[in-house]
Amino acid sequence: MLRFALTRLLSTIPTLLLVSIAVFGLIRLIPGDPASLIMGDLADTAALEAARQAMGLDRPVPVQFLIWLGKALTGDLGNSIASNEPVLDLVLRRFATSAWMVLIAVAIATLIAVPLGMLAARRQNGALDLGIIAMSTLLVSIPTFWLGLMILLTFGLKLGWLPVIGYVAITSDTKAGLIYLIMPVLTLVLHEVGIIVRMARASTLDVLRLDYVTHARAKGLSEAAIMTKHVARNAFGPTWTLIGLILGNLLGGVAVVETVFTMPGLGRLIVDAIYARDYPVIQGCLLFVAVIYMVVNLIVDLLYPIFDPRVTAQ
Amino acid sequence: MRPMRPNQIIGLTLIALVLSAAVIGTFWTPFDPLRIDLRNKLAAPGLPNLLGTDEFGRDILSRLMAAAGTSTSISLITVSFAVCGGVTLGMIAGYARGAVDRAIMMVNDAMLSFPSMLLALALLSITGANKYGIILALGLAYTPAMVRVVRGAVLSLREREFIEASRIMGNSAAYTMLRHLLPNCLAPVIVLATTMFGSVLLTESALSFLGLGVPPPAPTWGNMLASARPHMSAAPWLGIFPGLCIALTLLGINLFGDAIRDRLDPRMRGL
Repeated sequence: MLRFALTRLLSTIPTLLLVSIAVFGLIRLIPGDPASLIMGDLADTAALEAARQAMGLDRPVPVQFLIWLGKALTGDLGNSIASNEPVLDLVLRRFATSAWMVLIAVAIATLIAVPLGMLAARRQNGALDLGIIAMSTLLVSIPTFWLGLMILLTFGLKLGWLPVIGYVAITSDTKAGLIYLIMPVLTLVLHEVGIIVRMARASTLDVLRLDYVTHARAKGLSEAAIMTKHVARNAFGPTWTLIGLILGNLLGGVAVVETVFTMPGLGRLIVDAIYARDYPVIQGCLLFVAVIYMVVNLIVDLLYPIFDPRVTAQ
Repeated sequence: MRPMRPNQIIGLTLIALVLSAAVIGTFWTPFDPLRIDLRNKLAAPGLPNLLGTDEFGRDILSRLMAAAGTSTSISLITVSFAVCGGVTLGMIAGYARGAVDRAIMMVNDAMLSFPSMLLALALLSITGANKYGIILALGLAYTPAMVRVVRGAVLSLREREFIEASRIMGNSAAYTMLRHLLPNCLAPVIVLATTMFGSVLLTESALSFLGLGVPPPAPTWGNMLASARPHMSAAPWLGIFPGLCIALTLLGINLFGDAIRDRLDPRMRGL
């Protein structure tokens, strides 16, 4: 187990290195002086010169990269041009907002979708199955930003049940925070349910075909016992991997949902930084998201043996 | 050929509708999609503006039709970009193996370690938010998935006897790849390209919605939705119709994609 964890951990290093080269290269690919890109158009000559020195722009590019990487590893991602706040603080604060929303949404979506998918597989080609497939295809096809707008229009504007604009952090006021989370979470849940149901159904169908399920049936086990004791655990593996991918994807960019519900999340930060050409923030966000994406997938892989003990053997 | 199932018919119908709207919209729209008429702003659906007008009095139906052309053409070009790039790199990596393979796949995996939406955002910050920037950014963002699929197919194909035979006959690597490998890995490419088309269309709309897509006044479904946001309570149709267009297009592609996969990839049949 430890060996598996260590090899898996080490395997992320080359990818992380490439990602950091790419993020570093981003600034070099844009025409113009990297120092003025980092400091903004309004910086004075002395500050620019100091920045050029600090970034090592008078030295070879590999040295510049090492300087930058060294700083990034110690948590120094520079300061935002727009707010002059350290990028890491900004990213972490915005990430907390996105993370609450995404974690709650994915947890709820999993709890709804996995049983639904198994139920559909159990009744393959029956009316219930066709209904569930039709529903999930429909849900997958609706873009989250439109779904969000329609939810906002219905519950916020027409019915007036929920606040339309603004945001309260769940950590500062739990009740108010939860109220502001209802609509974004509902939007994400509906969309992710559509994706996860399809996967849960497909992997359950795969398992249901296997001989040991027939054997369990021949033994006279009840269908409920077969589904919960024998099928569920085996069928959950691929779904679990998909949930990891969804989680990584969402944590990095629910910009559209955050835009619809005016939430100060990480996705919105990236988009605003691209608008404002706030390059230190763009770099910081990209690096952070890549790391998060990898960490999430790492955790998913490490937890995989809980559902499928065969995996560690390889 | 098996008879078409109802979901395939719905899928094909939706795609045909969108494509014909896109083609017609490129040449003819009921009104000029860019003509501003402030006396007639935020008109409800009816006559003469069948789907109403927006905050500048522009005809929604005309704008939706023009946007269909923009969105589908951007998606088509982007997918072609990803297919060309992905097939070339994937075949070279899978066929050459060794150091070339490792180099291509290292960069590829690094790119895959970003969510594609984010990769597109990162590339957009270099290329700039305009039609060509989007095509380039999305094309690059979607290529790695294609590379991976093609390489996987080639890796198993290259060990087969007919490839060996082609090599023994003295055919060049390029000839073997084009004549023998390419036709045999088309099935997974078509399956992936279909789902990719939907995904690209969605990402393009999302980018437009975020204000990082095709710049206004040119209409796209995404930027129409974005400009509808402030007027949602007074004129909900502004927000309803563009989203409906995106959703119906995606529904068509998803249904069609399932049908294609059933036909081309027998292992997945019935799942």
